[in-house]
Amino acid sequence: MNVSSPAGVSVIHVQDVVKRFGRFAALRGVSAEFDAGRFHAILGDNGAGKTTLLRTIAGLAQPTEGKVSIFGKSPAEACRDLGYMAHPSLLYDEMSGMENLRYFARLYEIAGDAKCEEAIRAVRLDPSLTRGVGQYSQGMRQRMSLARAILHDPKILLLDEPFSNVDVHSAREMVGLLKGMRDGGKTIFVVTHQALLLDGVADEFVWMESGRIVDRTASAVRATQGSVP
Amino acid sequence: MNSLWALTLATLVKDIRLEWRSKDALNAMLFFSLQVVVIFVFSFDPLAEESRHIVGGLVWIAFLFAAVVALNQTWARELRNQVLDAYRVSPAPANALFLAKVLGNFLFVVVLQGLMVPLFVVFYNLRALGPAWQLIPIALLGTWALVVNGTFFAAMSLRTRSREIMLPLLLFPISIPAVIAMVAGTTAVLTGENSAHFYIVLLLTYDVVFTTASLGLFETVLHAE
Repeated sequence: MNVSSPAGVSVIHVQDVVKRFGRFAALRGVSAEFDAGRFHAILGDNGAGKTTLLRTIAGLAQPTEGKVSIFGKSPAEACRDLGYMAHPSLLYDEMSGMENLRYFARLYEIAGDAKCEEAIRAVRLDPSLTRGVGQYSQGMRQRMSLARAILHDPKILLLDEPFSNVDVHSAREMVGLLKGMRDGGKTIFVVTHQALLLDGVADEFVWMESGRIVDRTASAVRATQGSVP
Repeated sequence: MNSLWALTLATLVKDIRLEWRSKDALNAMLFFSLQVVVIFVFSFDPLAEESRHIVGGLVWIAFLFAAVVALNQTWARELRNQVLDAYRVSPAPANALFLAKVLGNFLFVVVLQGLMVPLFVVFYNLRALGPAWQLIPIALLGTWALVVNGTFFAAMSLRTRSREIMLPLLLFPISIPAVIAMVAGTTAVLTGENSAHFYIVLLLTYDVVFTTASLGLFETVLHAE
């Protein structure tokens, strides 16, 4: 099933992507195009293939069949345009937020502290915090993880379950941050089970079932089922 | 190239900082090696002449097993919170990560050797009858042989279910030529019965071959699923 985005310039092309883990097919021929500057929420039950799709776009999982192109390039070639945030924090617990970001900045050849401080302030945290990230609250850790993902100012943000294990207040705060980033021109993908949080914020809801995209809607409520997961 | 070395240095500094704060690898290696020394001292009480023949083997077995502890730790901290994925999605060269890990492990094992060798000398009443300076290239090249292979195979066994067991299973067989050269070279220097020159050249060749092979293959290992 090839489901196209309604309008605009598509930046990500997913073409007949199949991803198998042994005999289990996590993605079964996914084809889709995603537009620039839009907020895409990817929804579906556990095992629907949401995380695998995100990891395939990020280049962390290689498709068994088919291909993914981002701005016409492979995910590895387009890595500077991608910011990836996973369910775990992708941060070193023993180091402070600033120390973590200083190290990750080097991976992108970013010199100096200015960009790191800017990224930490963008997620409303304090760059001068000296305690290790392992001692942060879950909400703070998620925001620091987002700071790591936006550090190199990527055009596309891929976020896997950014609101899980955080309280409603922190989740709403993160949604506000992401909305601001989308308004600033970034393309955002969020894999989540909390669709209601994104209602009125996300531009598009991509519905997955059994390794396939089955629908793309403008609201968190699917007309075919009338339910919110 | 500059970027490779700059990133290697940044990763090395990060690893030393993490080890300084947690002391996971150093503490485990130190206690393990101390136990080996104490157990062997109480198990048998050799004369100085006998010691010269056996201590090369004891020292390197202690360091080989202790290095395995450090090698497992070095990648374990990259798996916590899936931090390795942050490296994999970045444009950073894979070999910078590998070189930093090898240099870090080399440093940790050399520090351990610096602490343990005096204990071996005292407990076994050792005095080299051959040219003692040759122990330095044997120690440095031997340690490099252990850590370069160990770091590579530890990375390979990262995604296996029982990686603590997989690492020695992969590492020990391939390290046999290097271990033989280390032990024989050390014994040759301690006893003064023959030259250690051959073993030093063998270790150097081993190091060049396995470092080149590891650098050539590491990117594939890092991005393997």
